[in-house]
Amino acid sequence: MKKSLFLSFIFHSIMIIFTALTLPFMMRSPIDLPPILSVELIQITDKTSIPFAAKATEILEKIKKEEEEKRLVSQQAPPSEKKKEKPDRIPMPEDLDKKKKEIVKKKQNPKETKEQIRQASEFEKKELFDPNQVAALIDKSKEETAETIKKNEKLTQSSDKNSFTNALTLSQEDALKAQIFGCWSLPLGLPYQENLLVRIKLRLKPDGTVLRSEVLDHARMNLPGQAFYKVLAESALRAVRICQPLRVPPTGYEKWKDLQLNFDANEMLKG
Amino acid sequence: MKKITYFILYLFIISTPAYAVVEVDITRGNLDPLPIAVSPLYIEPGSKDIKDGDKIIKNIGEKISEVIEVNFKRSGLFNPLKKDSFVQNPDIVHIKPRFEDWRLIKAQALVTGKVSVSDDKIRVEFRLWDVVASKEMIALAFSTTPENWRRVAHIISDKVYQRLTGESGYFDTRIIYVSETGEKTQRFKKLAIMDQDGANVKYLTLGNELVLTPRFSPKNQLVTYLSYFRNLPRVYLLDIETGIQEVVGDFAGMTFAPRFSPDGKKIIMSFAKDGNSDIYTMNIDTREVEKITDHTSIDTSPSYSPDGKYICFNSDRSGLQQIYVMKNDGSNVKRITFGKGLYGTPVWSPRGDLIAFTKVHKGKFYIGVMRADGSGERLLTENYYQEAPSWSPNGRVLIFYRETKSDEDGKGFSAKLWSIDLTGYNERLIETVTDASDPSWSSLLSK
Repeated sequence: MKKSLFLSFIFHSIMIIFTALTLPFMMRSPIDLPPILSVELIQITDKTSIPFAAKATEILEKIKKEEEEKRLVSQQAPPSEKKKEKPDRIPMPEDLDKKKKEIVKKKQNPKETKEQIRQASEFEKKELFDPNQVAALIDKSKEETAETIKKNEKLTQSSDKNSFTNALTLSQEDALKAQIFGCWSLPLGLPYQENLLVRIKLRLKPDGTVLRSEVLDHARMNLPGQAFYKVLAESALRAVRICQPLRVPPTGYEKWKDLQLNFDANEMLKG
Repeated sequence: MKKITYFILYLFIISTPAYAVVEVDITRGNLDPLPIAVSPLYIEPGSKDIKDGDKIIKNIGEKISEVIEVNFKRSGLFNPLKKDSFVQNPDIVHIKPRFEDWRLIKAQALVTGKVSVSDDKIRVEFRLWDVVASKEMIALAFSTTPENWRRVAHIISDKVYQRLTGESGYFDTRIIYVSETGEKTQRFKKLAIMDQDGANVKYLTLGNELVLTPRFSPKNQLVTYLSYFRNLPRVYLLDIETGIQEVVGDFAGMTFAPRFSPDGKKIIMSFAKDGNSDIYTMNIDTREVEKITDHTSIDTSPSYSPDGKYICFNSDRSGLQQIYVMKNDGSNVKRITFGKGLYGTPVWSPRGDLIAFTKVHKGKFYIGVMRADGSGERLLTENYYQEAPSWSPNGRVLIFYRETKSDEDGKGFSAKLWSIDLTGYNERLIETVTDASDPSWSSLLSK
């Protein structure tokens, strides 16, 4: 009796282990492998070879030059039609005096070309450089560094979020963002002092068309004083519909089939 | 045994692939006006033509859609698409639009409708469609007398504006202003009233006496203004419906800069005597007068906050004309402007968040807005001479008047009404038959 019980236990255990090890693989759909990247293995020498490095610098410079030339050629292509940027709010007279006294002209006449206040190009900026303002520039650079660090921190968080799932690379995410930016017409009457974040959850088809869309904070639409939220959510949904099929990677469908788009108008309206 | 069980469980957990939802932050979009198609309204067979004064309007459906389009265009928030590009005709589109056709011309919203006119009644139905989502957003019908067809167009504009922006509209409103004719040195000034788009102008006074600063009551039926009768400036009250006017209080001096309280029960104004002016209120029903400020300087241009608890005004008590805020009983006076130049004509926004003002600095006139505590000053427009801003009922647009420079003989002078929205980019001239100044925007006629 004991022996048969023992044997039964052993066999059952083997069966359970076997099932556990094999069944999940049978249930799982074939793994969508990312494309293989070929990496060339280089042998590292014990000592640093300076002549090689110098040569490498030369080569790099040559490549850079070639790229620069290519870029310049592409810049000669006819410029695409671009809307005029809206002018800044009317500056105060003292601000204008600080720049140049001649600037004082009517704002309402768009035909007048304002030579003095047009934006300086990269080349002109070099000419406008004033060595006396170095101190000011240093101070500014501090601010800019701080801003960059802040931005980088934000970027790291965001990349962490995606690297966890590894569904979209940064360039794929940027391509998707750029596509939606063009489709999203922001309602212009939104209040400035409210939370203007709308989260839309999407289920996508492999070709990037939208199978299902859902506003996550749906209940907020019916709250008193939140009529603008409904308008904002509708504009976000409209953007998704106009944009589809979305620019999604050709592989890894399982990873990005559920996509959440966080439409945040705060940044645009508050500047 | 336990270990084996845990091991098996562990295998189950790691064997199923779990992907977290991919999140993408969209922080940019385009701020272009929303492309909207306003289809001419379908006229039901058997409908009669509408008489508009001496004219007979045959294509009322098209006329209504034109008024709506002009409203949208002027708001700066919508871009009405050209009718030439419309594929579907009004007789079909009012039943059910073929959304693919409207998507082709890049419309994101569509207004359709039908109109029927009998002898004494006009009935207008309209529908707003979300072209991208292929669904109806709002559908309403209005019935009124045929001569009110423009108001129906304005009400439809308001409903669409509200549905698409989330805030109330301002199209079904009127503007009262001072109509000016004659040479600069000898102007005839009459009180005039018109729709916000410049149509339906009516004159309320004959032009015998000089009139200034007309202001609507919140209930739109009463108007208060300053008039020089027998060379004495006095604040008057005029009932638009009955035409009856009366002097507000028998003050032994000059009263000016009147404005209604938000509940319409009081008039707040300045009273000047012996070179000093203070702010007073008067209850319209009981005629009870209350002194609000008591200072040796000139206190004027008072305006209530929308809740009626605070008053903003301008005063030269600091040496220069600046804007101050105080409680409605005159206590707790606080200066809120400290910038360079002179500040005047403060007007509290109907939303309560901003105060509009006129600023004079280095010979230039600016119309600007700031928060109620004086922070966040933004100058919206600059010109040779402009002043007297007045808010649209939704607190998004300001109307003001602008004068042009004239030569020594007074030639080349003109005074016109302009509007500008809070962004400062959408500045538009409001066409008036004569020169115009001192505008005041009414609240919504249909609430």
